[in-house]
This record gives sequence, C-alpha cells and structure tokens, in this order.
Amino acid sequence: MEMLKTLRHGVIGGVTATLLATAAHAETVRWGAPRDIVSLDPYSYGDSYTINFLNHVYEGLVRYNRDLEIEPALATSWELVSPTTWRFTLREGVKFHDGADFTAEDVLASLLRVSDEASPLKGNLPAYKSATVVDDYTIDVELNGAYPLLLNDLTNIHIFDKGWLVANNAEKPTDVSAGVEGYATFNTNGTGPFMLESRTPEAQTILTVNEAWWDEPSHNLTRIEFQPISSAATRVAALLSGEVDFVDSAPVQDLPRLEQADNLEILERADLRTVMLGFNRRDELVAGGTNPMNDLKVRQAMQMAVDMELIRDKVMRGKSRNAGTLVAPSIPGYSAELDQPVAYDPEKAKALLVEAGYPDGFEFDFVCTNESYVNEEQFCQAIASMWSRVGLSPKLDIGPTAKQTPKRANGKADVYTLGWATLPMLDTYSILVQVLHSKDGNSGVFNWGDWSYPELDKLTQSAAVELDRDTRLQMETDALKIARDEVIMMPLHQQPMAWAVSKEFSDFPQFPDNKPRMWYVTK
Amino acid sequence: MSSNLEPAKVQTRMQRFWDSDVWWSFKSHKSAVGAAIVLALVIITAFLAPVLSPQNPYDLAALELWNAELPPIWIEGGQMPFLLGTDVQGRDILSGILYGTRISIIIGIASVAVSLFVGIGLGLIAGYYGGWIDNVLMRIGDVLLSIPTVLVAILVSSVVQQFLPPAFREAGLAAVLVFAIAMYSWVQYARVVRAQTMVERRKEYVMASRLVGTPARRMMFNHILPNTLTPIFVAATLNFGLAILIEATLSFLGVGMPPNQPSLGTLIRVGNQYLFSGSWWIVLFPSIQLCILVVAVNMLGDWLRDALNPKLR
Amino acid sequence: MLAFIIKRLSNAVFVMISVTFLAFVIFSAVGDPVDQMLNEQATQQQRDDLREKLGLDKPFLMQFGTFVVRAAQGDFGISFRNQRDVLDMISERFPATFELVLVATFISLVVGVPMGVITAIKRKSWYAEAMQFTSIIGISLPSFVVGIGLILVFSVWLGWFPSFGRGDTVDLGWWTTGLLTRSGQMSIVLPALSLSLFQVTLVMRLVRAEMLEVLRSDFIKFARARGVPARSIHFRHALRNCLMPVVTMTAMQIGGLIAFALVTETVFQWPGMGLLFIQAVTFVDVPIMAAYLCIVALIFVVLNTIVDMAYAVIDPRLRGADK
Repeated sequence: MEMLKTLRHGVIGGVTATLLATAAHAETVRWGAPRDIVSLDPYSYGDSYTINFLNHVYEGLVRYNRDLEIEPALATSWELVSPTTWRFTLREGVKFHDGADFTAEDVLASLLRVSDEASPLKGNLPAYKSATVVDDYTIDVELNGAYPLLLNDLTNIHIFDKGWLVANNAEKPTDVSAGVEGYATFNTNGTGPFMLESRTPEAQTILTVNEAWWDEPSHNLTRIEFQPISSAATRVAALLSGEVDFVDSAPVQDLPRLEQADNLEILERADLRTVMLGFNRRDELVAGGTNPMNDLKVRQAMQMAVDMELIRDKVMRGKSRNAGTLVAPSIPGYSAELDQPVAYDPEKAKALLVEAGYPDGFEFDFVCTNESYVNEEQFCQAIASMWSRVGLSPKLDIGPTAKQTPKRANGKADVYTLGWATLPMLDTYSILVQVLHSKDGNSGVFNWGDWSYPELDKLTQSAAVELDRDTRLQMETDALKIARDEVIMMPLHQQPMAWAVSKEFSDFPQFPDNKPRMWYVTK
Repeated sequence: MSSNLEPAKVQTRMQRFWDSDVWWSFKSHKSAVGAAIVLALVIITAFLAPVLSPQNPYDLAALELWNAELPPIWIEGGQMPFLLGTDVQGRDILSGILYGTRISIIIGIASVAVSLFVGIGLGLIAGYYGGWIDNVLMRIGDVLLSIPTVLVAILVSSVVQQFLPPAFREAGLAAVLVFAIAMYSWVQYARVVRAQTMVERRKEYVMASRLVGTPARRMMFNHILPNTLTPIFVAATLNFGLAILIEATLSFLGVGMPPNQPSLGTLIRVGNQYLFSGSWWIVLFPSIQLCILVVAVNMLGDWLRDALNPKLR
Repeated sequence: MLAFIIKRLSNAVFVMISVTFLAFVIFSAVGDPVDQMLNEQATQQQRDDLREKLGLDKPFLMQFGTFVVRAAQGDFGISFRNQRDVLDMISERFPATFELVLVATFISLVVGVPMGVITAIKRKSWYAEAMQFTSIIGISLPSFVVGIGLILVFSVWLGWFPSFGRGDTVDLGWWTTGLLTRSGQMSIVLPALSLSLFQVTLVMRLVRAEMLEVLRSDFIKFARARGVPARSIHFRHALRNCLMPVVTMTAMQIGGLIAFALVTETVFQWPGMGLLFIQAVTFVDVPIMAAYLCIVALIFVVLNTIVDMAYAVIDPRLRGADK
C-alpha cells in the first residue's frame, strides 16, 4: 500500500516522471516472454515452454538442480527392485497449494493422467507401463522394458493432487474434441514454489510465492508477472523503458543496444538446441518429379553450398556455434570427432551436382517458420540465396509454425528446418528415436522426410535397453556418425540464447536448456 | 448533367458525407499539382525499377550476405551502389523500395480495376434487371459493408493462402491480396451504377425501344457511364490509396506478401525487427516511401473530388 | 414507422445470418479441425470417432444449422490452442478493446471538432490550411507506422508512456477497467492516440463540411444581417446544427474502430480482442477467428441499426427513403 502511494506521487510529480513500471515491488520479476503459455494444464499440450513455466507451480518426482543434474524433489530416493520396476520413496510433509497432503495416490493419479490414451504428453513417458501404490509414501513404477532414462523423463511429469482432480472431474487429460473445457486448463493446484494468482491468456499470468513450500527457497521473489510480448521490437522497447525486467529471448541484433543500457545485463550462451535441415526422402518431390535428394551426392552438395561461417557472422551476429553433428557438446552421446562443420566449397558443390546428373540444379520447396528459431526467417533466406548461387532453385515458403508443421509432418516439404535440444531427456537417444529412426509406431515421429537406415534403427533400439552407460553412449555416437556420413540431416548451428536481465537482480542463473527457473533467482 | 450527380440518395450516409463535403478549397490546386508530380515520380521510378535498381532484390543469387546491413552512402561505412544501405540479407534498400513500391502499386491498381469491373458489371445487372437479382446483389453488398474492410481482407487472404498449391504460391499471393481487397470495394461502384441505371431505365427512349422490341442496353450503357464517371473516378482514386494502405497493413501483420517478395508493408515489418539494433535505415526509408505514396494519392483524390464537384464550381 | 423498424430489423438479421454463414464457410474451408485436435499418433478409428462427435459427417447445411443455433446461444466452441471456451476468451478481452476505442473516440471528438470549426470559419488563414494539410496526412499514414513512431519517441527516447500492455486493471466483476489506475491511464495514451488519428481527420472534415453548409444557409445569413455576433453564430447556431451528423458518424464508426483496433493492438501488444484474433490467425485457431468475425459484425450491425432507427425517429422523411 505504501508502495502504491509513493508510486502515485512519483507519477503525479510530472509527466517526465519515470514510468510507474520502474517503481514496482522489489521482489517482483516482470517477465517479458516471446510467447504465451498455451494452457495451465501441463498435460494438455506437448509444449516444453509451457511445461517449464508450469514447473514453477507443479513439481515432478525429481528435478534438475542448478547444474542440470537430477536431484530428489517430491521423491526422496529411488531404487530398482527389478530391471523393469523402480521403487520411489516419497517426501513426507509436502502440501499442495490448497492444503491437501501429498501422497502416493497423487503420484498414481498423475501417472494415469499423463499416460492416458488421449494425453498429448504420452510420448514424454514412453517406457511407462503401470504403477502400484505400496504405502502412502512408496510407489512402484513398472516399465515395459529396461529403460535407463526414466528419471530424465520424470523431471517433466508434474504431480497433481488426486482429490482435486476427482473433485473437479479432471482425472483425464483435457479432451479438446469433447468440446468442454477442462478444469485444470485454467486452475492449478501444485506443490511448487509459486502459486497461481491470475491468468488472462495472451495478456498476463501472475504467480505469487508459496510460503508453505517444502524446500528451503534459494530465491527471494514474492511475485512473477509473466507477460507475453510477441513482437520482438516491442519487447526490446519494454526492456529499454524499464517496463519489464527480464526477457528470455532477446533478439541477437539488439544485444549491442541492450548492452549499452545502464540498467540491463545480458546473459548469453550457446543453446543446447541444434538447428538443422531435413530432406524429403520420398520417391517424388512435393511438386512431382523424381527426388534428387535421395542421392547422397546431392545432399553433400547442398551442405557444401552453404557458408555457415558467413551466416554466423552476419545473420547470427557471431553468436551462434556452427555444428558438425546433430547434438550439442554437453549432450551425452556427443563426440567432438564428429563435430567438424563441413567446409564451404561452392565449386565442389557444383561439381557434385554435375556428377549426380543435375548440372542445372532442380526446383524444390524449402519450408521455414518465422518464429521457431533465432533469426530463422533470415538464415533461411540466406541459405536459399546461397543455394541459388550454385544453380539450385529453392522455393522459399516462410510462415507461422502452426501453418508449416502440417506441411512438414505430412511430407509436403522438400527441405525443412528442425531444432532439437533433446529436451527433456538431455540425451542423444532423444533425437535418435524421435527424429532419425524410421517411422514406426512411437519411433520416428519427427522423421518428416521419411527415410530409413536399418543400421541406425538397430543401434537406436539397442541403446534403448542398454543399461551400461558407456556402451549405450558409444552406440548413440555410432548412430550419429551414420547420420553425418549419410547427411540424413544437415546440422547448421547451436543457436545463441540471450537473456536480458535488469541489474536489480543479484543472482539470475541461466541454463543451457534455455529455461528460466525463477526459484533460483534473487533480486 | 449536374442534377444527375446526386448518387447520394442511394448511398450510405458515410458516402453522402464524403460527397457533399466541400472541404478542399480551390487554393489547394497547387498542392494537387505537387501531389501529381510526386505520384508520377513514384510510379515511374517504381515501374522502371528493373532499370534503375542496382540489384534485383528478388533474385536470390544476387543477394550477397557480405553486404549485409551497410548504412546509407552518406554515413561512414556506406558503399556504392547501395545508396540507402542494405538490409540483413544484403538486399539493397533502394532496390527493395522500388520493387516493393511496384508490387504495392500493382496490387492497388489491380484491386481497383477488379472492383471497378465487378462493381460496374453487377451494378448494371442489378439496375437493369431489378427484381430478385437486384435484391440478392444489393444484399450481398450490404453484408460485405457490414464487416470492416481490414477484417475481410485478413480473413480472405489468410484462408485462401492456405489453399495455394506450392507452384502458384509466388504468383498467387499477390492475386489473393487483390481479391481480398477488391472483395469489399466493388459495392460502392455497384451502388452508383445501379442507381443511375434505374434512372435511365425509366427514360422514354428505353421505353420506346422496348416497345419496338430492340433492347436498349447498348444505348443505356452509353448514357449511364458518363453520368457515373465522376463519382466513380473520385471513389476509385481514394480506393487506390486505401488499397495500398490495406495491402501494407496485411503485409505488416504477416498475412500479405512474403519476405522474399517484399512489398512496402513487408519491408517495414522486417525492418521493424532492427529498430533498436542501430540499422534504422531498414525500416525508415520504406516507411517514408509508403507515406509519400499514400499522401500523394489521397491529396490528388481529394482535389479531384472537389474539382469535379459541381457545387463548388 | 413500424414497417420501417421491421424492415431494418429483418435486414440486420439477414446480414447477421450471412456473416455467420461466411464464418462457417471459413470454418470448414480451413480444413479438418480433426488434424489439429488430435496428436500425430492418433489412429484412423480415433479420427473417425472425433469426426462423428463433432458432427463433421453430417451434410453441409445441417452442420451450418447447428453452427447458427449454437452461435446464437453464444456457443462458438473451444479454442483449439488454448482449450478454452471461445466466447469466454473474447468477452475477457472485450473491455480492453472497448476502452481503447472509447478513449480514441473521445480524443477524436475533442481534437476533431475544434479543428473542424476553425478550418471552417477561418478558411483562408494559414493555420486552417496547415490543419487541412495535416488532415490529409492523418488519413494517409498507416497506423502501424504511427504506432512504431510513437513507441520510439514517447517510450524509448522520452520514457513518458509505457510501450505495451494495459497496465494494472481493476476488476469490477463484469468488467475489467484500466482507466482507474495510474498505470492503466498512462498505458492507454499511445495506443488511443494512434488509433484516433484517422478518426480525428474524419471528424474534422465532417464538422468543417457541415459548418460550411450551415454557414451558407439562409438562417445564418439572416442572423448575420440582424447583427448577431459572429461568435454566437458560429458556436450557438452553426455548430449545434452540425452536431447531429457528428454524433451519428461517431456511433457508426465505433464498429469500424473496434475492427481496426487489431492493428493498434498488435503494435502495442494491447490485450484486446484484435490481438487475440491476430494470434488466432497465426495459429489457425478457427473457432476464435469465426467468433470474432461474428461478434464484430454484430456490433457493427447493431450500431448501424440503432443509428438508422434513431434517425428515422428524428427525421421522418427518411422512413420512406430507405431504398
């Protein structure tokens, strides 16, 4: 209240008075986000941005610590009782925001909910078979095979309160097709460090601190004001004028300007996300005619024709890290040996095209989105222009993700962009099974070009059940080598990740997975 | 003749306001001349773009990333031939503006032409045949007028764009925009022509030729057009300016021309991303060009309206 | 009179049904919502079940019938993306848009009317000419360019006003207002200015035109001859006579402003219906697109009908003149 008074005085004091925004509560984060979360229900939509935001409200059995290592959260310990059964001991004394006690029944209800037929997040817990409550604070999780990455998966499986789900008829995930809103879509009840105060979609979502959190808070925040500002220029303007004090996606071209501002600090590092290009590998191109990209020489030529160093220097402002392999260095399964970017050689590219029988190039669709990756619209144009200089004729098609994804997923794209961070698993296995594996059941869901390399598939399947870490990682590296030799996908770069933070924060850790975790922030 | 220039009776109140209003005085002729000169310059340079531009901004192979974000020539670091600097793709801003203006003007002219053609045609049909045809056509017009222009245009262009097969995408996008913009503005012309046709239909010569059994369509047509020419011409000029604005707005919102075939609106949208990066020329020059173009068209349109308005003569 | 009212009302209903039809066509044209609602792993059986549940297997006209009946009850379905009731989402956003439009209209009247009067009574003066010229620029400048310029100058350089959003709002239960808080008031200034620019010009031109007309009329000439002071002529008689058209036009323009606000809302990230709509267009969230179209058209039609009827009450000659 006192705050409010001073604030009024300040503004009435004159038009030139600095914005009211600058006088906000000391322990508030005003977060200018590039996009809104899609729902308050973490199981309603397989969207990692949403899931991470909701991680402030909901928690999993385990979580990543400041060094991105897995540590106990709602579970205090775990053990393998058989190769396919994990026993979790749960934390006692944890309360949900509405005061209900946290027990094994809640975990069971949450696992049932996330693994439901209709759940879009089913794929995030692929190995799950069933769970049995042993007692109030012990639960057994049975898997459909030996699976080394269960804990990684569980970091993103948020735990709901069973009583709350039942009372609000929300035990099943929201079924959009049923034509009814799910209660959990706009109400929350988690155990996390923050509680929902209010939400207006696409405008503002406000969280306040959970005083009764079970853990010793290492943050001192009382309030998070999350505001999506989709226009990059407006986001920067808001930062510069002090209306927001944290932006998790500062445009790279504006970093020099933001660095000059007295009140801002820029946090930068290479993202875990590797951006790459995929090739259509069906018999025919989208527009018809034989598909030249089934020829390895053509794919190699396309790779050599692109000057990634120039793109890094000009389009990415020197902030990206060019990649030779499909995963970032810190991802298990990465091999430095494979990570040698292919050198730019337009002459050789032309020669290879001649050799492959396409001296005059060929026409193909190049599908990009305009907002998925950092400066995507720009680097796609730059790549298209480099390709046309070796005689190829790319037809660039840029549009919002919602319009481009159906094209890519249904094989209506000859060349397309894809970024993969291996989240939430943080292991090479993620890209192998989801992107590189042949399309088959739950494997190869993002194999949009529809290729098939039996040897790579075999390595992937063996890695899935290999419990010895080193052997498993070797298999994964071998699979990545096939991907590189065959140019299954063309790695571009690890994109830069830049956060702009007000200097009022004394501690604001940045994570390589580009997820802001406010429970580590002090102001 | 001047008594026929009262289309106001059948127009909406909005248009009556526009027509009755006499807000531009004779003095403004000077500025009208100025506007005409500016407009002529803009149009000529736009259509000579392939000759004047140092670069073809649509030719992907001509873009050299090395030249990205050069400032205008008078600022340190600027390079010939990039008079107004380059954008982040190494696209010459001046060339981009000239080509972009050309797209904007073509879309503007085409949408006016389409709506004139449709509007006059349907107006004649409605006025001549009357009855249910007239009713249906005018009702469709009412419906279209009851949805704001921008909204119609956004919906049409975003929906239709989805159905463009890849092969037609490049040529098709502009056509979709033309269609989206024209969809609305034909109603005005149709109403004017319809009213005049109805007046004409009751005249004796038409009655007479009907009695004889020879349709008087041709003769009517020859009478109707001159009588409706003035209001149609004025409306067409103003609609031309409006069409350019709507196209720019759609492109700015991202449902218009794509970045590899930029119109002025697209250039502004793309340039807007560099507003704070120091590369102000990417957004500034296209904005100036767009403003100059629309101001010139509107000044001319306003002057035309007054000059052709008999009340003021 | 009754016949006139019935005619106007049936006209309005017809327009609304047509707009609903248009919305429905868009709805079905954009494609099978099934693809957007189910995830990639869904089986053909699941797809068919969903189609049946949504009534997509029924004939086109029957589907349209269902759509109209539901729309009339305010049921536009569930947003594909946010999974929330579409009408709820739009009504949550309505106050933001409405306040923006209201303030913009207010600005346009406060600025436009005096400018119109001045340009009419001082026709030859240099400042009247300057205003005239400015007014052309007013209708010519694209509002997104104006918006960007305002942000650059008043938010980033001068730091006087916020660059985005609505500031703090007060929840009155059925309405959230930003007009009662300081930050809300500061936030609305730039967007409202940018939205009102076009409107200011329109009002100014209308007032000027009406003033000139009135000043030429016999009763003013008579008043002049009688020696009534110019001031009183201008403001007591002439201005009063042209207020009616100004009010009418302002009312009719509100519908257009609500629609046009979507550009302003995009530039200033104003959390209104327009921003919601533009985002829905980006994400191909068809239920929101369809609902927005119907609601804006409804506002438009209702305002127009009311204005027409009010006119008919005031000026009986118009009753027969309508077509």
